[in-house]
Amino acid sequence: MNRAIVRRITPNIRTWRSTLKTFCSDTSEKLHGSHGDKAVTDSTDNVPQYDVAIVGGGMVGMAFACSLASMPLTKHLNVAIIDSNPALLARDNIKKEDAPDPRVSTVTPATISFFKGMGAWQYVQLHRHAFFDRMQVWDYTGLGYTRYSARDVDKAVLGCVVENKVLQRSLLSCMEDSDVKKKIYPSRLNSMTLHKSSLLSGTDSISSEPSGSLAKLNLSDGDCLYAKLVVGADGSKSHVRKLAGISTTGWKYPQNAIICTVEHTEDNRCAWQRFLRTGPIALLPMGDNYSNIVWTMDPQQAADRRSMTEADFLKAVNDALDDGHGPRPQSERIGDGGILAWLRSDETSSASEHFEVPPRITKLASDRMVFPLSLMHANNYVSKRVVLIGDAAHTVHPLAGQGVNLGFGDANSLSRVIAEGVAVGSDIGEMTLLKRYESERKAANIAMMAILDGFQRAYSIDFGPLNVLRAAAFHGVNYISPLKKNIISYASGEQRLPLFT
Amino acid sequence: MASKLLLSQLRNITRPTHHRLINPNFIFLLKNQTLIHSRPYSDAPQPPPVGSKPSPTNADSAPTHKKISSSLNQAELAKFSAIAETWWDAEGPFKPLHVMNPTRLAFIRSTLCRHFGKDPYSAKPFEGLKFVDVGCGGGILSEPLARMGATVTGIDAVEKNINIARLHADLDPGTSSIEYLCTTAEKLVEEQRKFDAVLALEVIEHVAEPAEFCKSLSALAVSGGANVISTINRSMRAYATAIVVAEYLLHWLPKGTHEWSSFLTPEELVLILQRASISVQEMAGFVYNPLTGKWSLSDDISVNFIAYGTKNIE
Repeated sequence: MNRAIVRRITPNIRTWRSTLKTFCSDTSEKLHGSHGDKAVTDSTDNVPQYDVAIVGGGMVGMAFACSLASMPLTKHLNVAIIDSNPALLARDNIKKEDAPDPRVSTVTPATISFFKGMGAWQYVQLHRHAFFDRMQVWDYTGLGYTRYSARDVDKAVLGCVVENKVLQRSLLSCMEDSDVKKKIYPSRLNSMTLHKSSLLSGTDSISSEPSGSLAKLNLSDGDCLYAKLVVGADGSKSHVRKLAGISTTGWKYPQNAIICTVEHTEDNRCAWQRFLRTGPIALLPMGDNYSNIVWTMDPQQAADRRSMTEADFLKAVNDALDDGHGPRPQSERIGDGGILAWLRSDETSSASEHFEVPPRITKLASDRMVFPLSLMHANNYVSKRVVLIGDAAHTVHPLAGQGVNLGFGDANSLSRVIAEGVAVGSDIGEMTLLKRYESERKAANIAMMAILDGFQRAYSIDFGPLNVLRAAAFHGVNYISPLKKNIISYASGEQRLPLFT
Repeated sequence: MASKLLLSQLRNITRPTHHRLINPNFIFLLKNQTLIHSRPYSDAPQPPPVGSKPSPTNADSAPTHKKISSSLNQAELAKFSAIAETWWDAEGPFKPLHVMNPTRLAFIRSTLCRHFGKDPYSAKPFEGLKFVDVGCGGGILSEPLARMGATVTGIDAVEKNINIARLHADLDPGTSSIEYLCTTAEKLVEEQRKFDAVLALEVIEHVAEPAEFCKSLSALAVSGGANVISTINRSMRAYATAIVVAEYLLHWLPKGTHEWSSFLTPEELVLILQRASISVQEMAGFVYNPLTGKWSLSDDISVNFIAYGTKNIE
């Protein structure tokens, strides 16, 4: 009780002294603000205070937390993770015998090295994951195809296909094994306010200084907490983004995607993508004769194909992958001996590979799920004490498997910017620091989104001359080695911007 | 340059209240009470390097009124909370200083970590060390140093700045332990305070007697302690950039903030530090890239430069 009285009197004494004070006279006046008893959690209303509050414990949010935990400069930060998903607190293991979950992501080599740097990749390796080193892209016109190989850029793999829940669980295990101070709040965020630090809240009306205050988060189960920085990693319908008042630009694609896991007889180590009239179908290897299908089409067809019988669906899939909708491309090679042989002097090894037919799908191994597709980009990634990463900041078309990789890039960049801020003693929620993250990532994200959107539009029009142009593009990329190498390294995340790095 | 005249007049008015104690330098100061070019002895307002400070003339006029009547106190508080916003408003008039701050902190961190033998990857490398920030202004340097673990004392002769600094530091529990004093380096020396590191960034170009000032800084440091001083070079390039461009073209600073003749060249600084028994170990320059708007450390000491020295062991 005495302490409460002292707390009320102390602010009053300070204001009284500061009003009386005129000049700095000879006896140098000491202006001690705190009188010692201000611990981190010692606020007038006993609300816990964290350095970073991550709203959304999905893959990107957990990657960010794990990255903070793995760097010496940031591992002392108090982290709160707010996500109502019970899987975060559950401790049951993922069983190997289960068929793979249809929700998978293709992880690029840049993301793999990010994970390795955090020490999280070893956890991913304990579960099912499938590397692939070849890729084939063609379309329904049968006029051209492109084959990519990891050997073109002297690497061993082009990417790895991992289930989302494996990624999330691995990141969680990695965090738990480190000694970072974290707390998981199993609830949703209700509201968020910028709040003055408790010491000043009882004093006079000196105007609040937003740069010096904390963010107060109110959760749905009644808890509340303070944080210096709020990280919105809560997906495309981000609540944090709405609360921060950040507007977005974007449009819905007139397409939905069906995803499912299928089985086939042969082993598959290649990623296949065929562009049909209504959208691309992709077959991604998952190991153990399983593969993942991502098939984009218009919403009505998606609904039909979801509800048709398994046998019909499998037939539709095989048609889409093989020779329904259009002929197979010929395995042509330009300058096959003779005058034009000089054109192939600097060829990549994959340019000499023949067109292959994808494996025949024999069985459906999971439910079919349908998702709407859209392009979205937040106009700002940062606001006072709030920063957005992952799908909360941008969503893209899945046609190149880049969505979550952009999110991991955001997490990597933000954690490094925060480490640099801590190194020079900055307040981590300060706009100047956060804007450095934004300038780094915005350019890269917008470039990738523009390219993917361009591809989506280019492949959605069925028009004779345009088809020929696309075929020429297929051939061109296949045979012009510098272009192919550039594309591979850009899509692998090794290059930040296309063409000019 | 009417504003400069006003500035120097105000310095004359305020000076007597800062130096009630008779000290040998007082007579020296009386002699120097010229209106045109007065360089008050280390108690000038501390504007940031090529950052900007909102009209110091208006700010300085406030204390004089305070002495006259106490009925203006509420108005003063309101006025200074308005100014408090801009000191710490990263997008406001102090923006260039906020942008430059991480660069000078990077230099300070790397040299002082080496000096004290601390782990540069630790989040709080200066835990347990006592630092003094001479001419701290609103505390833009003191707060990051406190977050890096140091026990910081910030001193400034302008009381307004101290109040602003105190208000802002209280907002973050990590910085609320900073001791802010409205005093001068000489007074601290008289009180026989000693610190492990003495920092005086962008102060020495506003001091009447740089040699004497350096002697005070040296006296504040423990034997073998560190000193960090940053200032602007007295070169043609500095005249062109820090004065013509920053004050007249871009209006980053009010006109008359810097006086070219009171800049020091690096050689002069090293010499007066040597006479104050501080040996300069490292020096670096700050370079501003107008295209990216970023400052960076470089070997180019022709405009802004920073020097790290150690006090000779007695």
